Amino acid sequence: MVVGKIVKIAGPVVVADGMKGSQMYEVVRVGEEKLTGEIIQLRGDRAVIQVYEETTGIRPGEPVEGTGAPLSVELGPGLLKSIYDGIQRPLTAIETVTGSIFIPRGVSVPALPRDVKWDFVPTVKEGDYVEGGDVIGTVEETKSIVHKVLLPVGIKGKIKEIKSGKFTVEDTVAVVETEDGEEKEIKMMQKWPVRKPRPYREKLPPTIPLITGERIIDTFFSLAKGGTAAIPGPFGSGKTVTQQQLAKWSDADVVIYIGCGERGNEMTEVIEEFPHLEDRRTGNKLIDRTILIANTSNMPVAAREASIYTGVTIAEYFRDMGYGVLLTADSTSRWAEAMREIAGRLEEMPGEEGYPAYLASRLAQFYERAGRVKCVGSEEKEGFVCIVGAVSPPGGDFSEPVTSNTLRIVKVFWALDANLARRRHFPAINWLQSYSLYIDDVTPWWQENTGPDWRELRDEAMRLLQKEAELQEIVQLVGPDALPDRERVILEVARMLREDFLQQDAFDEVDTYCPPMKQYMMLKIIMTFYRKALEVVEKGVDPGKIAKVPVKRDIARMKFIPEDKFLKEVAPELLERIEKELEALVENP
Amino acid sequence: MEAVDKYVEYTSVSSIAGPLVIVEGVKGVAYGEIVEIITPSGEKRTGQVLEVREDIAVVQVFEGTTGLSTDRTRVRFTGETAKIGVSLEMLGRIFDGTGRPIDGGPEIIPEKKMDINGYPLNPVSRRTPDDFIQTGISAIDGPNTLVRGQKLPIFSGSGLPHNQLAVQIARQAKVRGEGERFAVVFAAMGITSEEANFFMEEFKKTGALEKAVVFINLADDPAIERILTPRIALTTAEYLAYEKDMHVLVILTDMTNYCEALREIAAARNEVPGRRGYPGYMYTDLATIYERAGRVKGKKGTITQIPILTMPHDDITHPIPDLTGYITEGQIVLSRELHRKGIYPPIDILPSLSRLASKGQGKGKTREDHPKVMSQIYAAYAEGRSLRDLVAVVGEEALTERDRAYLRFADEFERRFVSQGKDEDRSIEETLDLAWELLTILPREELKRIPEELIEKYLPKK
Ligand SMILES: Nc1ncnc2c1ncn2[C@@H]1O[C@H](COP(=O)(O)OP(=O)(O)OP(=O)(O)O)[C@@H](O)[C@H]1O
Ligand SMILES: [Mg+2]
Repeated sequence: MVVGKIVKIAGPVVVADGMKGSQMYEVVRVGEEKLTGEIIQLRGDRAVIQVYEETTGIRPGEPVEGTGAPLSVELGPGLLKSIYDGIQRPLTAIETVTGSIFIPRGVSVPALPRDVKWDFVPTVKEGDYVEGGDVIGTVEETKSIVHKVLLPVGIKGKIKEIKSGKFTVEDTVAVVETEDGEEKEIKMMQKWPVRKPRPYREKLPPTIPLITGERIIDTFFSLAKGGTAAIPGPFGSGKTVTQQQLAKWSDADVVIYIGCGERGNEMTEVIEEFPHLEDRRTGNKLIDRTILIANTSNMPVAAREASIYTGVTIAEYFRDMGYGVLLTADSTSRWAEAMREIAGRLEEMPGEEGYPAYLASRLAQFYERAGRVKCVGSEEKEGFVCIVGAVSPPGGDFSEPVTSNTLRIVKVFWALDANLARRRHFPAINWLQSYSLYIDDVTPWWQENTGPDWRELRDEAMRLLQKEAELQEIVQLVGPDALPDRERVILEVARMLREDFLQQDAFDEVDTYCPPMKQYMMLKIIMTFYRKALEVVEKGVDPGKIAKVPVKRDIARMKFIPEDKFLKEVAPELLERIEKELEALVENP
Repeated sequence: MEAVDKYVEYTSVSSIAGPLVIVEGVKGVAYGEIVEIITPSGEKRTGQVLEVREDIAVVQVFEGTTGLSTDRTRVRFTGETAKIGVSLEMLGRIFDGTGRPIDGGPEIIPEKKMDINGYPLNPVSRRTPDDFIQTGISAIDGPNTLVRGQKLPIFSGSGLPHNQLAVQIARQAKVRGEGERFAVVFAAMGITSEEANFFMEEFKKTGALEKAVVFINLADDPAIERILTPRIALTTAEYLAYEKDMHVLVILTDMTNYCEALREIAAARNEVPGRRGYPGYMYTDLATIYERAGRVKGKKGTITQIPILTMPHDDITHPIPDLTGYITEGQIVLSRELHRKGIYPPIDILPSLSRLASKGQGKGKTREDHPKVMSQIYAAYAEGRSLRDLVAVVGEEALTERDRAYLRFADEFERRFVSQGKDEDRSIEETLDLAWELLTILPREELKRIPEELIEKYLPKK
C-alpha cells in the first residue's frame, strides 16, 4: 500500500507527497488518527485529498496511507431503517459505541451490522446458471421489504453450492463456479463504488405517475415513476415539508431520504416520526421502507459532497432487486456548495459565482442515475429510481447557477413561491411557473384509474388559474366591479381552486394525503360548479349571489372528509346541490 | 495528542496582511492550533493556524495585527486547540469577547476546559424540541410559537427596537408550570458601548444578571475577536445545559458584525469570494454556530438560541439574513413600516415564521384551538394587507363589504394584537382570546380554516 506524507493542510483539504501509485478517488487514511479521506486530484506523486472529518490538530509530516479501493458503500441486508452519515457511517451505532451525544473524530463502525444473523432463503439450486444481478436468495429484512440477495455484477457461472439458514452478511451463502473454473464465494454483502452508476439492461419510458397524495403535484405537475423533479425555493417556502410528504406517502417501495447540509432537527423529526407512522400501502411502519442519509450542515463538508453519491448508489441497489425507489435530496444546493468549498481550497479557476466549472456536469450525472429500467440479470426485473432534489437559491433568485443548471436537466419543476408561503398558501408551489413534462405520458393512467375526462378537467382548471392572473392585473387597476359577469365568475371559481383544491395542509390528519380518485372528484365538483355558474350567469343571475350559495361552504370542507365517505356520500350530494342551489337563483333572481 | 514542539518560539514572521500573519521556517505546526503572539511592545495576543504547509503557517490574530512588525514579533505555537475554561462561577459575570473577565472580579477557576468549536451533535441523539416557551409577546406566542431547543433569530434593521424585544423575551420567557433551572448566555459582537450598557442595565434591573453569563466584544474591539465570541458563548451554554441541567437561552447580537469579520479574513486570504464578497463557506460556518441549539436525549438541559441580526438596507435577500434563514428554524422579522406607525414590537407576522410552532401548539401544550385559529389569522391578515394595496389605487368605495371587513381586521390586528407594552406579559390564553375577538370582525362564513366545533366553542357571540 502507498504511504505518503502530508505537506499542507487547509480546512477539509490536505495535500500529500509520495503518493505515486495511488488512484483517483481512492480512499486514504489521513494522519496519525487515520481520518478517512478521498483522493480528488493527482499530480506526479502529489495527491490532493478531501477529508471526511475535521482536520484540526493534523500536522505536515504525518502519514497518509492508501487503501487501494475507491469510496464504496456496503450493500446487503441491514440497510433499511438505518441512518447513515454522508459516507455511510451508521449514526445509531456510533452513538452506542461512543456513548456520546456528539460525533467525535476517527470512529470506525461498519455500515452493515456484522453480528446480526439473517434468515437466508435460497431461490436457486445447485447446478443453476446465474449471472450478475440474478437473485440467489431472499431475506425478510423488514416487514415491508424482502431483501433480494443479488449475485454481484460481473460474476457468471454455475451454482456449485447454496446454503439455507441464518447467516451474517459476511458468511458465505453460495459458491459459484465461473466459466474459467474459478470458484467464487458469495456473501450477502457486496460493495460498490459510489461514484460509478450501477448498470442496467435498458431504460424504459416513464408512463406511470408516482402517486404522492399532494393534489397540486399529482393533478397538475405529475412526477412519473423513474422521473426527476426539482423543487427550488427560498428559505421557509416548503422544500423540506414537501419532500417529507413525498417520503411519507408516495407509492414507492423504498425511500432514501438524504439530508444534505440541512438541519439536525429535521432528521430527528423523521427518525422520531417514521417508526410510528403507518405505511398506507402495507400497513407496516414507514421506517420499514426508509433509509436516511444525514449529513447535516454542521457535519464535515467533504462528507456532504459524498452523501449524494452514497444515497443514489443505495437507491440503484434496491432498483436492481426490482423495486421502485424514491430518492429525495435536501438540498442539492448544499451539495453544490460543498463542491465549491473544496474547489476553492484547491485554488481551481472558479466558474459562475465561484462554483467549479464542472457543476453542470456533476448535476447532470446525478439526475441521470434516475430512471425506470430493466434490471441486469437473466431474469425479467423492472425497477425505478425517482430523484427529487430540493434547491436553495440564494435570495430566492432562480437565475443562480444551481437552479438554472438543474432546470436544464430535470423534467418536473415545482417552483416554490415566497409570496404564497407568506400568505400561508401551502404547498406554496406556484401554479403559473411550475411544469411537468410527463403530463402526456401519465394521462392514460389517470384516465383509466379515475375518469375519462380527467385531462379536460385538469386543463380547464389550469386555464382558469391562468386567466385569473390576467384578470387580477385588471382588478388592480380598476377594481373588481368593472369586470363583466362571466369574468367575475372566473375570479370566484379560481379562488375556489386555490383555496379548496390547491391548498393542502401537510399537518391535517385527513388532508395530508389525498388519494387519486378523491383528487379527481374534488376537481370535478369545482369544475361542475364553474360550468353551472356560467350557465346561470348567462340567464342573468348576479355573480355576487353565486358567491354566497351555501354549497360553496361545503365544497370548501371536502378536503377534510376521508375518501370513502367523500366518494360514497358527500360527492354525489354536492353535485346535486350545485345543480339545485344555482338553478334556484334563476328562479328568484 | 501531545504537541511535538510545544511552545517553540519563532521570530520568522515573513509578512502581515490584514488580520493574518505568515510565519516561515516552522516545524510540526498543527492545523487549527492556538498561537501566542508577542508584539514588539511585549503585549500578548492570541491567534489560530488557518493553513499550514511543511514550513509555513498562516495565523489569524484575534486581537488584530496593529503594532506587529515582521522583524520583532515573536510567535509561539501552543500545540493546543482553542479551549475555554468553564465553571458555574461564570454565572453573573461579564467577560470580553475572548472570555477574559472585564467586570473587575477574579479570574474564573475552571471546572474543566472545553474545545470552543465543539463537535457536531449526532442527529440520532437529538430530540425534537416541543416544550412551549411563553414569551408573553402575542405576535410570537400566537403565530410564531417558540419551543425549547429552537433557534429563532430576529431579523431587524438599524434603528429598530430589536434590543428591547430581546430583553423583553429574556425577561419574560418561561415554560409554564415549571420552576426549572434557567440561564441566559449573552454574546455581543461589535455592538456600541451604549447598547452594551442598555443590556447590562436591563439585566441588573431585573435581577437577570445573576443567572446570566455575558460576553462582550464592542464595536471598537478587534473585529477578528468576533470569530471567537459566539463559539465561546455556545461552549459555555453547552456546559450549563448538558452538564449542569440548565435551560439556557443564548442571545447572539449582532450576527451581521460577525459575518463582516468573516468577510474580512476571507479578503485578507485572497479567497475567491461568494455573493457580495462574503466567503463561499459562510453557510457552513454559520451552521456550526446555529446548529449548536437543541434538545438531546438523556440530558435535562436545553439550548435555545435567539440570534439578532440587522439586515443591511432592510434587505432580507442579503446573504447574512438569507443564509441565516436557511439554517435557523424560522425568523421573527421586524418591520420599519410598523415601527413608523408606532407599533411595538413591530413584528411583521407574514414574513415571520416559526417552523417548530406546530410542535408547541395545541392541546396539552397551549390550547386546542391554537393552530387553527392562527392559521385563520394568518390568512385573514394576508388578505387584509393585499387589499390595502388595492385600496390605494381604486379607493375604498370600490370594495365589497367583505373586503372592507378584511381591511378593518388588518388594522385592528396590528393595533391590538401585535402592539403591546414593553413590560406587558400576556399569557397564551389572553393572546388566543384576543385573536378570537378580532375574528368577529370578519363575516362568519369566511372562517374556512377553523372547524365548526371550535368556532362554536370559542368565537365570542356578537
Ligand atoms: N404543505 C404544507 N402544509 C403546511 N405547512 C407547510 C407546508 N409546506 C410548508 N409549510 C410551512 O412552512 C414552513 C417552512 O417549510 P420548510 O421547512 O419545508 O421550508 P424549506 O423550503 O425547506 O426552508 P429551508 O430552505 O430554510 O430549509 C414549515 O415549517 C411549515 O410551517
Ligand atoms: Mg428545508
